[in-house]
Amino acid sequence: MEADPAGVLTGAHYFDGDFACGEGAMAAGCRFVAGYPITPSTEVVERISRRFPLIGGTFIQMEDELASMAAVAGASWTGTKSMTVTSGPGFSLMMENIGLATMMELPCVVVNVQRGGPSTGLPTMVGQADIMQARWGSHGDYETIALSPQSPQEAFDLVIDAFNLAEIYRTPVMFMMDECVGHMSEKVVIPKPEEIEIVPRKLTTKSPEEFLPYVPDENLVPEFARAGDGYKFHTTGLTHDERGYPVMSAECQELNVRRLVDKIRRNAEKIVRFEEEATDGADVVLITYGITARVARMAIDIARKKGVKVGVIRLIVVWPFPEKHIRELAKKIKAFVVPEINYGQIALEVERCSAGNAATRLVSHMGGGVHNPQDIVDAILEAAK
Amino acid sequence: MKFWRKPLDLDQVVIPHGDVIIIKDRCKGCGFCVEYCPKGVLQMSEEFNIKGYHPPIVVKSGECVNCNLCEMLCPEFAIYSVPAPEDETLGGAEESLSTVEATKEEKTWRRTLRAS
Amino acid sequence: MSKVIDRPEVAKEQHPVAPLLRMDRIPHIWCPGCGIGTVVKCFATALQETEVDLNKLAIVSGIGCSGRAAGYMKLDGFHTTHGRAIPFATGLKLARPELKVVVFSGDGDLAGIGGNHLIHSARRNQDLMVILVNNFNYAMTGGQNAPTTPTPAKTSTMPYGNFEHPFNVPHLVASCGASYVARWTSLHVRRMTKSFKEALNRKGFRFIEVVTPCATLYARLNKLGLGLDLMRFYHQESEIRNGADTRDVAIGYQSKIICGKFVDEDRPSYLETMHEYYRKVLGDKYVPTPPEGGMLREQN
Repeated sequence: MEADPAGVLTGAHYFDGDFACGEGAMAAGCRFVAGYPITPSTEVVERISRRFPLIGGTFIQMEDELASMAAVAGASWTGTKSMTVTSGPGFSLMMENIGLATMMELPCVVVNVQRGGPSTGLPTMVGQADIMQARWGSHGDYETIALSPQSPQEAFDLVIDAFNLAEIYRTPVMFMMDECVGHMSEKVVIPKPEEIEIVPRKLTTKSPEEFLPYVPDENLVPEFARAGDGYKFHTTGLTHDERGYPVMSAECQELNVRRLVDKIRRNAEKIVRFEEEATDGADVVLITYGITARVARMAIDIARKKGVKVGVIRLIVVWPFPEKHIRELAKKIKAFVVPEINYGQIALEVERCSAGNAATRLVSHMGGGVHNPQDIVDAILEAAK
Repeated sequence: MKFWRKPLDLDQVVIPHGDVIIIKDRCKGCGFCVEYCPKGVLQMSEEFNIKGYHPPIVVKSGECVNCNLCEMLCPEFAIYSVPAPEDETLGGAEESLSTVEATKEEKTWRRTLRAS
Repeated sequence: MSKVIDRPEVAKEQHPVAPLLRMDRIPHIWCPGCGIGTVVKCFATALQETEVDLNKLAIVSGIGCSGRAAGYMKLDGFHTTHGRAIPFATGLKLARPELKVVVFSGDGDLAGIGGNHLIHSARRNQDLMVILVNNFNYAMTGGQNAPTTPTPAKTSTMPYGNFEHPFNVPHLVASCGASYVARWTSLHVRRMTKSFKEALNRKGFRFIEVVTPCATLYARLNKLGLGLDLMRFYHQESEIRNGADTRDVAIGYQSKIICGKFVDEDRPSYLETMHEYYRKVLGDKYVPTPPEGGMLREQN
């Protein structure tokens, strides 16, 4: 599968993470973006609005984030790869229609360049406190997929994976950047279009007469019919049956919600992705993601010089969480150390998965800056005792 | 209705005739069709339909001019008119249809609601 | 103009608009004496009588009584979140510009919770046809006060009567830049159908308000009788004033209802303006989104 050459700026560039994310989306085949300006994410749509008219895409700046996410859901029904971009306060407003996209099973990508919160918080400074919101921010039971890049290069690479996962599982994918990754400029190498793997929308091969919009396949993912192809299907945010018709009953709710959740849970092992380093024989394992993973590098080097056996797991896919792996690892090590720019979110998940077999030590930072590596070193040394 | 004068082409005007078709069990008895039929063709009946409403009945079957106003006003898609059989040239049906059954789903709507 | 490609033959023993409805979902949920069904019937008739490709027509609704309309029409139908029908429809339209997109929803949905989207969409002269069914209250949830409730009508959250000033919605959208604005009551079936037909074949933001009876709540709370009594009221108190200044068409409590086509201007729509502008500033470098959507040929 080849990407549209016009959308891919093959070569080496010096970009910030936001631009890289925008380029990644275009390389992934994204051709519809609706957004609303919010620091520190705005550069993504600034990049896209400049480039889209040249490559056949449509960008619209909507009146608010509610509208942006609703427009993305609508656009996704046409089979067009769609994305919206925001930060904390906008992410909160998008939750309503992220729920709609989850219920309607719409592939799309929601980029959140995280800043400090709650509320307006720290508009121009870093945070990682929306990680739990990415998981369950909209009401009702659902499972989500979320990725977290640590560099502009990864912002480019992973946003393509985010689009692909969205297509495979027919679900909105959260792309959880942070202000530091968004605003740091580094070398970004964009490969040739033919080297970029793109998962196309899996369109139904059935005729309009036999097509039902919500019949799941073996992966629990239903087939997709585009709006305007003559399928005349119905879809709703209400609990619905295979025909997409609302059915208000506990039985239908059971089938509908269970499948939505199981679609991700049963395939979690295929979706989880992390970098693992020196966890064999380690006493302490650091679990990190996003910008914190890079700050932690220094702490790891210092701790190792002091003789502590430190392993690292860097989450690339944050949700679903690598539950099985952490569970196994917890039986072999003394403690996990979890540095994150919040007051303990992933740390809770680590604690749950380690199930009392290993200690969990949170190194929290309330946002507005990154950790002092010494704080992480201290936590590692403490944990290794 | 009172005309100011007799239209000059009155003898050339063919007044169409229609047959009113009522899908009795779909009716919710709002009475719009009875009220606004320009020829007073309809009346609310004493009979109950499957939902417990009084559907309209045709009381002046020869009077319908196939204007479709009942059809346009009916919020339930429960009434319509077609050209009467004698109006062959206007595409009339071969024989009169007086009532049309509601669909099977509608007849069993209570049961399907409970089952679904 | 595309040809009528799939207007099915209607058998004599079938209701004339049955092929355009999801008959497996009838009876619909609307109360006896409610006018929403009439609006759906008129819209379906308009579709049958005009040359639009039904395969390329999408209907989007929000939440509420009128929000259920998308679920009863045999078209690509989208029942979305409360107030978000217009932005959802915007996404559909812009991502696949060959679609005709109709938003069918209520006053609370479009002018209340979705009011921001309504004005901005009108401002952009976005290529959407919007049917706003106005029953003066939030009926689905039990007759609460709406942004269209006239003073001093009683609603379940204004039990002593509404003291808030209501929207004059045609004036609101007209002043924002809608290129087609009309209002009818559910009694004006032929004129409403004609408006729908006209609007289906126009570009830009086309807005049609239809005043309908809510027998179960608005009429009951205000002791106005049944749906039929409200229809009689419309018969007596509505006045057709085509081309009326929208400043003069506000609806008071049981006051005269000014109906008609208020605005019908041929102005460039959002998509036309966008294409024209990008062609001017970017010249040959401009690549518009193809009518069938972007990047699809490459993908499949």
